[in-house]
Amino acid sequence: MRWRPRGLRPAGADDLGLRHALAGWILPFLVAAMAFLASLSAGGVAGTAALARYWRIGAGAVLTVQVPEPRARLGGVDSPTRVARALETLAATNGVAQARALGDAEMADLLRPWLGRDAERIALPLPALIEVRLVPGAQVPMDLSKRLTAAVPGTLVEDHGPWLARLSGLAWSLQACALAVLALVAALAGGVIAVATRTGLAARRQAIEIIHGLGATDGYIAGRFARRAMAQTALGALIGTVVALPVLAGLADLARPLAGMAEATGPAWEALPAGFWFLLPGLPGVAALIGWGATQATVRLWLRRLP
Amino acid sequence: MIICERVSLSYGEPGRTERSHGPAVLRDISFAVPEGGFRWLLGHSGAGKTSLLRLLTLAVRPTRGHLRLLGTDIATASRKDLPALRRRIGVVFQEFRLLGHLSCYDNVALPLRLAGRPEGQIRADALELLRWVGLEDRLRQHPAELSGGEQQRVAIARAVITRPSLLLADEPTGNLDEGQAERLMQLLRELNRVGTTVVVATHNDSLVQRYRAEALVLDQGRLVAG
Repeated sequence: MRWRPRGLRPAGADDLGLRHALAGWILPFLVAAMAFLASLSAGGVAGTAALARYWRIGAGAVLTVQVPEPRARLGGVDSPTRVARALETLAATNGVAQARALGDAEMADLLRPWLGRDAERIALPLPALIEVRLVPGAQVPMDLSKRLTAAVPGTLVEDHGPWLARLSGLAWSLQACALAVLALVAALAGGVIAVATRTGLAARRQAIEIIHGLGATDGYIAGRFARRAMAQTALGALIGTVVALPVLAGLADLARPLAGMAEATGPAWEALPAGFWFLLPGLPGVAALIGWGATQATVRLWLRRLP
Repeated sequence: MIICERVSLSYGEPGRTERSHGPAVLRDISFAVPEGGFRWLLGHSGAGKTSLLRLLTLAVRPTRGHLRLLGTDIATASRKDLPALRRRIGVVFQEFRLLGHLSCYDNVALPLRLAGRPEGQIRADALELLRWVGLEDRLRQHPAELSGGEQQRVAIARAVITRPSLLLADEPTGNLDEGQAERLMQLLRELNRVGTTVVVATHNDSLVQRYRAEALVLDQGRLVAG
């Protein structure tokens, strides 16, 4: 009967002794720090995208109509007031989802910053303000101003579009900055992993030369390094991402008023934009891929010095 | 099998021009060893034996001349062709070159793992060879826990486990007692009889006297006999 001792090491284990070469905690710690920054940047990307969308589709769909002498009637005593006629005209316009005249209290709120606490008591001939919300994606009708003037002479239409387009542009540039930071962090992570790998190569030089001399291919040696670096970077990225979550939730909570959620009272993490939940789980995976790629490239380049 | 034509070797910075290489350690070496041949490699210390073995183990490429090993021209072979060629060459180093973090068993099994053999076959072959070199009770020991002679036997088992086409040995009996040296020589002879080409570098004159074979004799980097 063949002699078969038990408990021998299985194939595919640590042939190069990398457990001793790629130090256990330094690389995961550095990657965790970078994953933390990357998570903040990813939060920035998703947050600014959500803001831009809100401003473009939500606030961007609002225009204001001013109606001077709002309570004056257009004909006899039975005829509608000027503001009522303007509301009727708007309701009959394609693309208008809602038209609402601001109440006295809302008007006072608008005037208070300019006229002080007693704004509502000052006897000024104020126009009525009608807030118009368009159907999402709808454009301001070209002839709206003309039709309103024909129905109610003297009305003024204020389109907030150009101003909101600039605001939206600002949000997109912030998003581009966040993306640039994300790319920078990824490049930095690649660099750190490459340096750690070179340290590991120097530490295991003799073992690598022996195994190379026994016929190991570059792919075999690079694969051994890449597998370990991938595991370490994934672990570090997972830690960094989890640590970043409460910070991001706090920041998103602070940014609620900008996204028209000032009245929301749910937990802070609910304030994080939906896009963020798609970006975040991918971070450890992307970090692992960066770790794998940077290590493969570094080891293969280093091995070129061997015949 | 081994064809060496006017081979010279200088050590220098890789990728530098020939002129910038250091002094030649091997000069115009020409010899041939047919398939299944056996050669002693002799010479004083510093004669160039280790450098010639380094060339034959593909640790360096010739600076000048043509070296043909197992049908492959080493000077012109692409780098990616060399690992497969190395797996057909077994080497017993004077300083053993075992991996300190691996057990005896894993050191011996390593060449088969690199060759992608199934684990069952690796296990059978490694255990058989370790038993043959008398280390069946030291499987899980690491090189640092073994004597010089035991490490030498592990290195020998590792060199022959792939049944190489070419076996190179640098002072393989240096750390062995007479009985073990005898067994090793019988193994080398046996491998040679079944077709393995063997080149053994040694200072051991009595061994050379006992096992008569053709010899390559080096002196100051030049081949003076062979």
